[in-house]
Amino acid sequence: MAVNPNDKSKMVVVEGSYAVAHAAKVARPQVISAYPITPQTHIVEDLSQFMADGDIPNCEYINVESEFSAISALIGASATGARTYSATTSQGLFLMHEALFNASGMRLPIVMTVVNRAVGAPINIWNDQQDSIAQRDSGWIQLYAEDTQEAADMVLQAFKICEDKNVLLPIMVCMDGFVLSHVYEPVVLMDQKEADEYLPPFKPDHYLDPKNPMSFGTLGDPSVYTEFRYMQEQAMKNALSVIEKAADDFKKVTGRYYGGLIEGYELDDAEVVVVSFGSILGTIKDVVDEYRANGEKIGVLKVRSFRPFPTEAINNALKNAKAIVVIEKDISIGRNEGALFTEIKAGLYNTPTRIPMTSYMVGHGGRDIRTSHIKEIIEATKKVAETGKIDVESQFNEVKEDLL
Amino acid sequence: MSDNQPFNLLTAGHNGCAGCCDALAAKYVLMAAGPDCIVVNPTGCLEVMTTPFPRSAWNVPWIHSLFENGGAVASGVEAALIAMGRKGNTKVIGMGGDGSTMDIGIGALSGAFERNHDITYVCIDNEAYMNTGVQRSSGTPFGASTTTSPAGSKSYGNNTNKKDMPAIMVAHGSPYVATTSIGYANDMMKKVKKAVDTVGSTYIHAHAPCPTGWGFDSSKTIEMAKLAVDCCLWPLYEIENGEITAVKKIKDPKPVEEYLKAQSRFKHLFKMEGGDKEIEKIQQLADKNIAKYGLDK
Repeated sequence: MAVNPNDKSKMVVVEGSYAVAHAAKVARPQVISAYPITPQTHIVEDLSQFMADGDIPNCEYINVESEFSAISALIGASATGARTYSATTSQGLFLMHEALFNASGMRLPIVMTVVNRAVGAPINIWNDQQDSIAQRDSGWIQLYAEDTQEAADMVLQAFKICEDKNVLLPIMVCMDGFVLSHVYEPVVLMDQKEADEYLPPFKPDHYLDPKNPMSFGTLGDPSVYTEFRYMQEQAMKNALSVIEKAADDFKKVTGRYYGGLIEGYELDDAEVVVVSFGSILGTIKDVVDEYRANGEKIGVLKVRSFRPFPTEAINNALKNAKAIVVIEKDISIGRNEGALFTEIKAGLYNTPTRIPMTSYMVGHGGRDIRTSHIKEIIEATKKVAETGKIDVESQFNEVKEDLL
Repeated sequence: MSDNQPFNLLTAGHNGCAGCCDALAAKYVLMAAGPDCIVVNPTGCLEVMTTPFPRSAWNVPWIHSLFENGGAVASGVEAALIAMGRKGNTKVIGMGGDGSTMDIGIGALSGAFERNHDITYVCIDNEAYMNTGVQRSSGTPFGASTTTSPAGSKSYGNNTNKKDMPAIMVAHGSPYVATTSIGYANDMMKKVKKAVDTVGSTYIHAHAPCPTGWGFDSSKTIEMAKLAVDCCLWPLYEIENGEITAVKKIKDPKPVEEYLKAQSRFKHLFKMEGGDKEIEKIQQLADKNIAKYGLDK
C-alpha cells in the first residue's frame, strides 16, 4: 500500500520533545538512563511519564545522578545486550566525554538524542551546535535533524543504523535546542505496528552472559591497539551505506524521507550553494525559494551525516557550483572557522574541483538568525561566484562592536 | 567450566605481582559468588593484570569501562538483566580498588547505592594508587609514605586519616555492609556470600596488603593482613540495616608498632626525630577502634 507522507489526518500538534520521546518509546528501548538538563528536559520528562503509565513494556528507566553516570549505565546495559537510549545536551554531553570514547571503543550501539545547546563560559542555555561538534572524534555516528518530524524519525533510523552488525557504533541524533525541542508543530507519531515493522528487536552476538562468559573493555597494548581504531574506522565507512539504506527503508514503511547522508534542495543547476545542517536549513530554504522565484540559481546542500563524513557524496553534490558558502553554529577557536567548513574544504583538497568557498559562523549561544542575514550571506556569495575572489574566507556573521 | 569448579573462575596466568592482594581478593569473591555472576571492574591493577588482550583470566562475564564509573556500569548491567527477564539469580558484582571506590568513583557508586540496585560492590583496599606507582588515596593510612605523600625532612608522610568508607555506604541505607580482610579467607567468603544473597546494594570493604606498594616480602601478604586486624587498625564487622550485628574480637591486641615496622612505607617513623609521637598517634587510632567496636570485650 502506498503511503502518503502528507496525510494530514495522521498529524497531531505536539512539542518536538514529545515527538522524540514518542519515537524513543516505540523503538522499544530496554534501558533508558538520563539526567535532566535544559533544553533536553522535556524528552526525559515525557519518557518518565510513559514509564509511570506503563507505556514502555520491559524497560528499566535509571534516574541517575549525573550525565556521566547516564552514559556509563548505558555502557553496562548495552554490553549486557539491551537496547539503550539517552538524551542530553551541552554541559551534560561534555560530562560524558570520556565515556563517549569508551562506548564507541567497546562497539556499543547506544542511541542518544543530543539537543544542541551552547557551552559555557559564559553559561548559556540557548541553541548552537558547539556541544556535539566538539565530540566529533569520539567515534560516535552523528546525524543532524532539520525539523521535529525528522528529529523523531531519526531516532528510529538511528537504532536501525547502529545495531547493524557491520556498524555497531553508538549514535547521536542531533536536534537544535528550543528551535526544535520546544516548538509545537504538526507531526505524525509513528504507531507501534509501524515501528515494529521498521525496527526488529536487538539481538547482539556478543554480550555479558554467565552462560557464555566474555570480557569487555580489556587492556589493549601497543601491539593490538591500532587494530581497534582501524576497525572503528571501517565500521564508520560501513555506516555510510547503512545510513542511506535506513533512510530508504524508512521511506518504504512511512513514506517520509529526509535524505540519506545528504540532501540537495534546488541543487541540480545551482551556481551558488549554501551548505549547512540542522534547523537553520528551514530558514535557508525559505530564502532560496525567494531567489528561485526571481530565477536566480541558488541551491542548498543539507548535510545529514557529519560522522561518518560523506566526503564523496558532498564532493559530488558540490562539483558544479560556482561558489559555495557554509553556514554553521560552531567554531574551532584558533582556526576561526566551524568544523563543517574545515571538513568540506579538506574533502575537496585532493580533487580537481576548485570552487571558491567561504563560511559564516552564525547563531552562537542562540542568537537569532533572520532571513535578512541569510540574504546578505547569499548576496556576498553571489559576488564571489561572479568574481571568483574571496575577501574574507571565514567570519562571524555578526559582532556587536560596542560589546567588545 | 562447570559449577563445581569455582577455583578456576579467575584463572592462573594473569600478570599480577607475586603475593598480589587483588588476585587473592578477586578469587575469594568468585569462590563465594559462584559462576552465575557478572563482574564490573573499574580501572586499576586488577583490570590491567587480568585482561591483556587477547588474554583474559576471567571465566565469568566481565566488563571494564572507566576508572570512575563502576557503580553506574553495574547499575546498567542490573537494569538490563531485569528488563530482559534474565536477572534470575545472576549476581552483579562490582570490584574496584580504593582509588576507584573511595575517590574518583564515589559519585557513581553513591548513585547506585541510593537507587538500591541489586548489586554487591567489593572495595579491594590496598591503601594507595598501586596501578600508577603508589600514590596516596583517601584510603591511605596516617603516617604512610607514598610517592605523593612522601616522608621528608618536614613530613612524616600521609597526614590524613583513612576515609571511613563503610560508614558512608551504611549512610546510603544499604542493607548489608561489612569489612573483611584477605588475611581471613573464610571471613571474606562468608561475607561476600551474605552480600550477594542480600537483595539491594551491598558493600564489602576488604583490606588488602600490597607487597609492592607497602614494601614487604611477597610471601607475607596474608601475614600482613592478619597483623592489621590483630593490632586493631582494621576492625572486622558487619552492619545490617544500619546496626552492627557482628564484630571479630581481638583478645590480645598487638601493638601497632609490630605492624608498622614490618613495612617500608612506615620505616621513616622509626628513624626520624619525633617519629615515636606519630606512632603513638597511630596507636591511638587502633585504641579508638577497640573502644568503638568493643574489639577486646
